[in-house]
Amino acid sequence: MTRYIIRRLLQFIPVILISTLIVYALVFAIPGDPIRALAGDRPMSDAVRETLREQYNLDDPFLVQYFKYIWGIVTALDFGSTFNGRPVTDIIEQRLPVTATLALVTLVIQTIMGVIAGILAALYRDRFFDRFVQVSTVAMVALPTLVIGFLLQLVFGLNLGWFPIAGINNGITSYILPALTMAAVSTGILARLVRSELLDSLKSDYVRTATAKGMKRTRVITRHGLRNSLIPAVTFIGADLASMLGGSIIVETIFNLPGLGQQVFNSIQGQEGTVVVGIVTLFVLFFVVINLIVDLLYGLLDPRIRYE
Amino acid sequence: MSETHRPEARGEPIDSTITPAGESTKKVEEASLLADAWRSLRKNPWFIISAVLLVLFLGMAIFPQLFTNTDPRECLLGRSRQSPSAEHWFGTDVQGCDYYSRVIHGARNSIAVGFIVAIGTFIIAVVLGLVAGYFGSWVDAVISRITDMVFAVPYILGALVFLNVLESRGVREVAFVLIIFMWPTMTRLMRGSVISVVNSEFVLAARALGAGPITIMRRHILPNSLGPVIGYATVFTGIIIGAEATLTFLGVGLQLPAISWGLQLSDAQPFLQTVPHLLLFPVIFVGLTVFAFMTMGDAIRDALDPKSKK
Amino acid sequence: MTESQTSTGFTPGTSPGDAPLLEVKDLQVEFRTKAGVARAINGLNFTLHAGETLAILGESGSGKSVTAQTIMGILDMPPGRIAGGEIRYRGDDLLTMNEESRRKLRGGKIAMIFQDALSSLNPVLPVGWQIAEMFRVHRGMKRKEARAKAVEMMQRVGIPGAEERAGDFPHQFSGGMRQRIMIAMAIALDPDVLIADEPTTALDVTVQAQVMRLLKDLQTEFNMGLILITHDLGVVADVADKIAVMYSGRVMEAADVYETYAKPGHPYTQGLLASIPRIDDEGGRLRAISGLPPSLTDMPPGCPFNPRCEFATDRCRTERPELRLVAEGHLSACHYAEDVYAGTATRTRRPSPTGAGMIDVSEEAPE
Repeated sequence: MTRYIIRRLLQFIPVILISTLIVYALVFAIPGDPIRALAGDRPMSDAVRETLREQYNLDDPFLVQYFKYIWGIVTALDFGSTFNGRPVTDIIEQRLPVTATLALVTLVIQTIMGVIAGILAALYRDRFFDRFVQVSTVAMVALPTLVIGFLLQLVFGLNLGWFPIAGINNGITSYILPALTMAAVSTGILARLVRSELLDSLKSDYVRTATAKGMKRTRVITRHGLRNSLIPAVTFIGADLASMLGGSIIVETIFNLPGLGQQVFNSIQGQEGTVVVGIVTLFVLFFVVINLIVDLLYGLLDPRIRYE
Repeated sequence: MSETHRPEARGEPIDSTITPAGESTKKVEEASLLADAWRSLRKNPWFIISAVLLVLFLGMAIFPQLFTNTDPRECLLGRSRQSPSAEHWFGTDVQGCDYYSRVIHGARNSIAVGFIVAIGTFIIAVVLGLVAGYFGSWVDAVISRITDMVFAVPYILGALVFLNVLESRGVREVAFVLIIFMWPTMTRLMRGSVISVVNSEFVLAARALGAGPITIMRRHILPNSLGPVIGYATVFTGIIIGAEATLTFLGVGLQLPAISWGLQLSDAQPFLQTVPHLLLFPVIFVGLTVFAFMTMGDAIRDALDPKSKK
Repeated sequence: MTESQTSTGFTPGTSPGDAPLLEVKDLQVEFRTKAGVARAINGLNFTLHAGETLAILGESGSGKSVTAQTIMGILDMPPGRIAGGEIRYRGDDLLTMNEESRRKLRGGKIAMIFQDALSSLNPVLPVGWQIAEMFRVHRGMKRKEARAKAVEMMQRVGIPGAEERAGDFPHQFSGGMRQRIMIAMAIALDPDVLIADEPTTALDVTVQAQVMRLLKDLQTEFNMGLILITHDLGVVADVADKIAVMYSGRVMEAADVYETYAKPGHPYTQGLLASIPRIDDEGGRLRAISGLPPSLTDMPPGCPFNPRCEFATDRCRTERPELRLVAEGHLSACHYAEDVYAGTATRTRRPSPTGAGMIDVSEEAPE
């Protein structure tokens, strides 16, 4: 087990190197002059331009630039700085809480709603609630995040006025609509997943055995049926949590949340490559760590999985 | 009756049904599979709903004149941001253009991007999936690793970076960038589907008879592995329409003077509190279009999948 | 089926005056399917006494597993439905009992062993826990005490190193060991009735014998009534006291095991016995009963076996034969049971050479 974890941690190194290299290449190999973008319409002397290019290693070959960047991260946790001289870690520190809160609220909402809806739909199969879950999950899964976000804004923000429409000035309630938007697709998938897994499980031989052992129905469902059917749900939730970057870019823009996703978007527009790479590297790290946790959890829940 | 019998003796009669095999029965099975699929589709209410919606939106994209006679570009600043009325069903937008007409005309660009990307991706997926799945070994390894790498980049991140540096962005540019970042999922699906067919007995039989790789791929593998990919391609068209609207909304997709739902959304967002209907109408149209494609794709996939039969 | 016929003494080998442990009377179970109502069990009767082993023999679809599930009360309803009859445990009808009292009997007094132990044991729970659950739920024992009892049960069914292995999961055991764990779980609470549904079908031949031996020993030790459901005539001959041969949801023949083997009183039983490959039968074709069992949604009128029967007459095609006494302790549901029993029945047709059906033989030229 310990050896497995150590080996997995070692495997992180190439994964992180390769994925950051891809992002680095993506951001820095594109045409366009970041210095000019920075200067905007103001005239800039050649001397200043040279110093800036020097400072950001812009004249080195691409791979050298990349390794200097990685070296900085490894030796000094230096994620580089913006063209204005502001350290990227500073920006991350400031924006991380917003995105982390958003992710957490999303996770709670989708787990609770998805799992409970799935369980109830399976237990009351073909009854009204099941039909309702089936119909509403089709809509949840088939509507783009953008559309769900705007609809929630219009209905719950504007029409009913239950939650703030944008910004983060109202504490946790500010996060409700953005999190619901982020959670919508996953909640739908999760509800369907849990429903079909639980139905399979309730039809299984071991659940029949549990009934034949004289267990009460509630015990049969909770101890024998649910346990097995929630294993795939854990995997799904993990994978979903790990890939939240894409969603946070859209949602934070729609709801104007000053988080990492919005920062990535702004930095791309300002061609601030270092910031983009820094934040994406953080997400990649998060991604691999979550994946490891999910794998370990999976083994804990399902004894048939062995770590080798 | 003898007392000596082997313990494994079973009192069951020998099952006389013969499992159908061979090329001729295969054809019959296929025909009945399609007939089955069609029968189950017709009974699926989601299919009916999505089919009606699709006909509606495709009609809108191809013949917008059928839906409106008003010119979407005829704008009078004097009648800016009017509420819906008998004259202007959806009101007017910021520039004072008839919003109903603009929303109707917005269908074309969105659906065009959707189809172009879906077709482009479909071709890439089929070619790469066939080659990787059929030849296996290092060819598969190389294709799969590249697929994994592109798959790891969130499309929105890649598309933002690429599109941001383009000076002018039309349907072609947006479609191109979306293809670049969104081909992996379908390719993976195709590869898996091909692999499941490659090892089947009729392919081995064809190989034993001396058929070349091209013939085997075209005659045997392709027709038997396309089912799930076709279903997904339909879902995918919906995903792309959503993605295009999102990118355009974020300001890196289509540009004015193009008429597009994404542009309408980004124009309307600042007026969310004062003129909410400007946001509402394009949201409904994008939502229903994406919904129709995705639901249709799901229905097709279920109908083609023998395992989903009850 | 009438009361008198059941009490006519389908209780061979037991002393009179013994109250039956389990009594099934005129049981009828249906399934609602798309093709119509499938009558899985049509008027089933049998009795079981303490210490007795009843083998229910039949091919797939004959209703033997449905019988077991109905007795246990684990039949899926819907699509299943109990259309009539009684199942009396020590005189109390299980079918009219409230669910809570039935649940307490289930597992405690009436226990069951399933065919496939791998899928029937919960894959994510340790086997010791699964056995201990019986003691915890039915006896209200504490975790530790229940675990000790579970280990004791595992030792009793012959699992080596039971103490250490109690924490292992089902997939870590061999097929035979898994079935022993199932057995340990079933007999944990010292049940009166044990139903074993094809307990050895999924096992290797050598392991089959060991597991059957164990079941037989435990039965003697706890004086259980054992219902052994199987399609394997070999297993039956070794351990059963009585046999009930099922076909299309009905008992066709019921008798003492030796009696059945020596002098079958029903053409179907005869066919089954004839289909056993014999060591002294060198070469030649295996004899199979031609045709297939009738569809449960579309039963032929008269005797359900008539389309496949070599002795069938017009009477068999119109009139349903009831189970009746042919000889002392020997019941058969055949119009010509006496003739079949005595070996004097007339063949009306013989299997076609293709094995697909029957062809008539003229009466003057008997085979």
